[in-house]
Amino acid sequence: MSLLKLENLSVTFGNFRAVDQISYSVNEGEVLGIVGESGSGKSVSSLSLMGLIDYPGKVSADQLTFMDQDLLSMPEAQRRKITGSDIAMIFQDPMTSLNPCFTVGYQIIEALKTHQGGTKKELKHRAIELLTLVGIPAPESRLSAYPHQLSGGMSQRVMIAIAIACNPKLLIADEPTTALDVTIQAQIIDLLIDLQKEKQMGLVLITHDLALVAEVAHRVIVMYAGQIVESGPASEVFSAPKHPYTQALLASLPESAAGRARLQALPGVVPGQYDRPKGCLLSPRCPYVTDHCRNVEPTSQGSLERQVKCHTPLNTQGRPAA
Amino acid sequence: MFQFIFRRLSLVIPTFIGITLLTFTLIRLIPGDPIEVMAGERGVSAERHAELSAQLGFDQPLYVQYFHYVTGVLQGDLGNSLVTKEPVLSEFLTLFPATIELAFCAAIFAIFVGLPAGMIAAVKRGTLFDHSVMTFSLTGYSMPIFWWALLLMLIFSVTLGWTPVSGRIDVVYWIDDVTGFMLVDSILSGEDGAFSSAVAHLILPSIVLGTIPMAVIARMTRSSMLEVLSEDYIRTARAKGIAPWRVIIIHALRNALIPVITVIGLQVGILLSGAILTETVFAWPGIGKWLIESISRRDYPVVQGGILIVATIIIVVNLMVDITYGIVNPRIRHSR
Repeated sequence: MSLLKLENLSVTFGNFRAVDQISYSVNEGEVLGIVGESGSGKSVSSLSLMGLIDYPGKVSADQLTFMDQDLLSMPEAQRRKITGSDIAMIFQDPMTSLNPCFTVGYQIIEALKTHQGGTKKELKHRAIELLTLVGIPAPESRLSAYPHQLSGGMSQRVMIAIAIACNPKLLIADEPTTALDVTIQAQIIDLLIDLQKEKQMGLVLITHDLALVAEVAHRVIVMYAGQIVESGPASEVFSAPKHPYTQALLASLPESAAGRARLQALPGVVPGQYDRPKGCLLSPRCPYVTDHCRNVEPTSQGSLERQVKCHTPLNTQGRPAA
Repeated sequence: MFQFIFRRLSLVIPTFIGITLLTFTLIRLIPGDPIEVMAGERGVSAERHAELSAQLGFDQPLYVQYFHYVTGVLQGDLGNSLVTKEPVLSEFLTLFPATIELAFCAAIFAIFVGLPAGMIAAVKRGTLFDHSVMTFSLTGYSMPIFWWALLLMLIFSVTLGWTPVSGRIDVVYWIDDVTGFMLVDSILSGEDGAFSSAVAHLILPSIVLGTIPMAVIARMTRSSMLEVLSEDYIRTARAKGIAPWRVIIIHALRNALIPVITVIGLQVGILLSGAILTETVFAWPGIGKWLIESISRRDYPVVQGGILIVATIIIVVNLMVDITYGIVNPRIRHSR
């Protein structure tokens, strides 16, 4: 059953479309990877799911439902009951994501109290359980610790504890390991995946790490300049990419440049507000670009299960189909 | 920590020397001397003038007079007023409660209006409310105190008749001086309406004196709050599904207050210097009015002593702010 379903979701800031008509769904117990360069709209789209887009940002969609409830039309107060309990999110930089003025215990218990309530003793007990669950040693004494007394990895574990406090059905992890060092990254990802399996949560994993997505995600979405350029089962997308952008992302991995002098890179940057090309947004950077691409914006082809937004999708040999 | 306090304290000594020198010379630079002022329009003969000068010690060279003054100060003797013959310190202590009362009420006004105004302006930034608060606080900050006082007096006391024009309490009440604080004494006196009369007399002076600190606090709170509201931990709090007011009051305000508290501490100096003008306009019998009158009477010991005490209070408060900040923020304590 699909947990979260969105159709043609856009997030605009004035004239600028940070997220441009994206559609996807997340099923119960599914891990969905979202990849793409910086500025491709990954974070903004997930913040809009949490209702965290502020004025002047505007969210619009043909459909945005969570467990068949329409998130866009429901009153603020009702939406807040879902935010933080059924849908939870963890962020990129754990060191600044915890409030420096309050103890770890206070910040975990606050989440519990807001959505579930309970006596002081129960809440404290539950907070200790959560800290144990995310692998923090001596959880009882950590309750009274302040965020500046924790390392980055520890802080991220606390953030995860806050996020899973109310047993969310969907967890959004926005580059959860980017700010951490490599050895800790693996631990945090293992923890997330273990929790996801144990609690059968839907997990949206936003990351730059293609290898990680290939390893843990069931399905993957590739975003470019606010649009979904390709999506499908992780194994298919990575073994036989249909979009030139996905192909370029995979080619830029250091592993695929083994034995060569230089890493492969896709020249240019993601278009911003003032340099959006007329046709396909990738056309200035695409190696297979044609005049048709420069003038006409492609539409998404294929099913919701396996879509690609390109005039000439690549065949299994990695060449544009004629 | 002790080294830190000691370092701060050692900086205070040159400040004190500077204050005594400045007040001593400046008051003597003003044309006219205390004897001429005391004599008034009748005038005084040259012989009598010389006689009185010798009596008061004004015939001695300036450096000798300064030496006497400083030796006195070091022994805790600020001298006697030339007009009332009372010790400067005891006069000061009699009048100080009135100033404290006024400054305290002004501070309450400044904090209770400035903090929420700055907070709401930050939350609703870019709106009409934000622009009004910022314009009003800038105007309040730049407006001369005496003019602001006269303006309010004209509107609320003269035209509308809502508040009394000046003084601490209605003349129909005779209040015994127990604590020196009229709000307390008027209750202790048990007289009907005395307390409300005292409160009514406090309203305008408190607003006038509190306007500049209020403007500073409002602007500081707004900018501090704006900075905090864009922090990652505010996003985390909102992602928990907490009500918006709770995010602002609990999560943002607590962090935003840290720099604001320092600023509030520094307003004490502004309150005391502002009291001089406010008290004069409202005929408020505090140290501000006392100092102004002593200047026009060329009452040298009162001017020197009074300013020295006020300066000491400001220095002590600043020192306390520095030290508390050193305790709160270890990075300041260890920097050289």
